[in-house]
Amino acid sequence: MKLKYPLEVNPGTTITNKTGGWRTQKPIVDHEICIGCDVCRKVCPEGVCFPTGEKNSKGRIFYDRDLDFCKGCGLCAKECPVSAIRMENDFK
Amino acid sequence: MQKYKNPNQHLIAPGHTACPGCGQLMSARLVLDACGSKTIIANATGCLEVTTTKYPTSSWKVPWVHSLFENPSAVASGILAALKQKGLDKEITVLAQGGDGSTFDIGFGLISGMWERKENILYVCYNTEVYSNTGYQASGATPLDANTTTTPPDKKSMGNAFIRKNMGEIAIAHGCVYVAQTTCGYPADIINKVKKALTFTGPKYLEILTTCIPGWGVENEMAVQMGKLAHKTGIYPVFEYYDDEYHVMKIPGEPLKVDEYLKLHKRFKHLFGNERGKEAIKQIQNIADKNIEKYNLK
Repeated sequence: MKLKYPLEVNPGTTITNKTGGWRTQKPIVDHEICIGCDVCRKVCPEGVCFPTGEKNSKGRIFYDRDLDFCKGCGLCAKECPVSAIRMENDFK
Repeated sequence: MQKYKNPNQHLIAPGHTACPGCGQLMSARLVLDACGSKTIIANATGCLEVTTTKYPTSSWKVPWVHSLFENPSAVASGILAALKQKGLDKEITVLAQGGDGSTFDIGFGLISGMWERKENILYVCYNTEVYSNTGYQASGATPLDANTTTTPPDKKSMGNAFIRKNMGEIAIAHGCVYVAQTTCGYPADIINKVKKALTFTGPKYLEILTTCIPGWGVENEMAVQMGKLAHKTGIYPVFEYYDDEYHVMKIPGEPLKVDEYLKLHKRFKHLFGNERGKEAIKQIQNIADKNIEKYNLK
């Protein structure tokens, strides 16, 4: 059966919806403190924490976040075992 | 301009409209990443559906089907039958998922049918303990004395009058080959349990307690903490069941009192500061103690 208006959409197309505008606070990552433990990547509900592939002075691959989509929930800052992430007020 | 570019490797794309700090989307992403890209999903109605598939966009990077509220298990059976016809059922995972509304109440009969037919499908329930999508009404998974829109506390009531269904035990009674419960407080455990489940052939059930930020009335950054506390107080046992044996995650140290967990919720606020509330907390403590004894969590 073919529908007149098929409810089919392309995969991963929500990336056109930049949810960064929801944010009141933004996470600041201190790359020197980061130990690359992967916790922020696991807990981020948006999935926008990622390893950068570059190493800091301690030889650890540090992580960063994508502010286009970050909603500023603060989960990464709360769960970071070494408190490398802090939340700061965001301004437009 | 940002210095580092997001490689965007997850199978759920960002840009969905879930609340900031949503425990469900976090768990869904971990489950799907653990399943891998060779997966077909049948999804129930609920928060997970409406937040990720705002027409004409979709967050999912794998084939994803939504039919009616109660249908994910039946649709998944159909998908599996089609895969068997094509001889692809060995290499492609079929995943059915829904919230607690579709699992505990509305889709219950069809899930029971899927388990009865012993279909090789992994059913994942994201248990938020309320109907989050429609405005926090009580469901079959709502715990005792919780304040929801349909069970407000009053002179004669303390909120929800019923103890939640134990869906894990119901799944075990159906003869599922793998049954597991976990919480969004343990991301690594979610990944391990999904990977373990996929090594079994037959009906599999995984239930994840996921924090609903507005439904529970907790702060944005508390999803993981609440998941951990639910386990450490004994309110929500974390276990897996296979080969006729329970394998539980023990509580580290002494189990915490349930107050530690309840006081952080807005939905249990009415239990504090009065005599009737103290009685109610005692009852909840009883439930937690029974869990600890039954599953040998200590």
